[in-house]
Amino acid sequence: MDDLISLIVARYNYWVYIVLMMIGFYAMIVKRNLIKKIIGMGIFQTAIILFFISIGAKRGSTIPILIESHPGKEFVVHAADYINPLPHVLMLTAIVVSVATLGVALSLAVRIYQKYDTLEENIIHEKTMKVHSKKRG
Amino acid sequence: MKTVGLSAILIVGILLVYGTLDFPDWGDPSSPANRYVSQDYIENALHDISVPNMVTAILADYRGYDTLFETVVIFTASLVCFFILRTKRKAPEARFYRHIPTGITLKIEKGGRLPEGSFEFERIDSIWIPHDLIVRTGCRMVVPFVQLFALYVVAHGHISPGGGFQGGVIFGAAFILYALSHDLREGLSRFNEKTAILLCSTGVFIYAGVGVLCMLLGKNFLDYGALASLLGVESALARSHGILAVEIGVGISVMAVMVSIYYNLSSAGKQDEGL
Repeated sequence: MDDLISLIVARYNYWVYIVLMMIGFYAMIVKRNLIKKIIGMGIFQTAIILFFISIGAKRGSTIPILIESHPGKEFVVHAADYINPLPHVLMLTAIVVSVATLGVALSLAVRIYQKYDTLEENIIHEKTMKVHSKKRG
Repeated sequence: MKTVGLSAILIVGILLVYGTLDFPDWGDPSSPANRYVSQDYIENALHDISVPNMVTAILADYRGYDTLFETVVIFTASLVCFFILRTKRKAPEARFYRHIPTGITLKIEKGGRLPEGSFEFERIDSIWIPHDLIVRTGCRMVVPFVQLFALYVVAHGHISPGGGFQGGVIFGAAFILYALSHDLREGLSRFNEKTAILLCSTGVFIYAGVGVLCMLLGKNFLDYGALASLLGVESALARSHGILAVEIGVGISVMAVMVSIYYNLSSAGKQDEGL
């Protein structure tokens, strides 16, 4: 029983991110509205960002900015005192990528709305099918 | 469709949860991710680069290529938005003007013009919007402080949380706030589309230019240590100055990209009537 509780305490953060990620994934594959799909993509990306940040965490350490940093003074930096900065850097760039994908996705959605007057995927599909059958006939 | 999607997600979720059982515990200092390269970064960042904020040091120096191409990615995103959405500026069908003293709205048909030299009219969007003096004045007072804070975040990225991406986004948000609180045309008259696109590429140019400058001084691309002879300081300090130059480039680029994407999205590419 104790084993199980310690397992849950040590892992539940990952499970929260998996739940978040699956919510986003569900929205991306099941929802028909394109804006809802884009929102799902945002939730998915947030889950990934949280996951990476939590990998970098260390118990009993502080943010990766040196407290003592006077030039010319000799001191030793212990890696255990600071959070792992690498996931932070990677996620900083991931946030920028998510902004870029969001912008492009929204502009595509605007364009699709201008052409088909709807953002529902099944109606867009019907309309494109009609155009195709007209071309063939 | 719903049941298929739900079951697929349940299967993937259960597999992922099963996978986490092999993961290191949360906050374990000796987990694989926290040893090796990250330990090296933490212990040597100050000595190598003389920047107390390790995130900035890694972002712009150890992983300089990554950030350079990141800047190219957002530059490309703004170009993509431009090419997908932007349409040619046509003469508007009908325009609406508000007579400021009386509040009467005037509709001018296509081809019509306002009487010359009248300053009592202001153009409004075809969706009627109320007169919003308080919002406008409030936002106009906030905007300079937001911009000042953005400059602080860019310049202080070495020693506190911050840097080019964050500062650039805040700076862009100031312009977007101005365009939201007034209207899109007012925003465009302050910071027009051409400037935005020029600044997007200027930021990338500054970043890559610093890299090329390092090459001209005889070191590798983006090896800021080469700037030491140019700046007359020791190598570690030259690296921190190189990071500042690069961060300014990133800030300019991000700011212009945010504004340009906002202009194109909010007006569906017409850049005439927007939010």
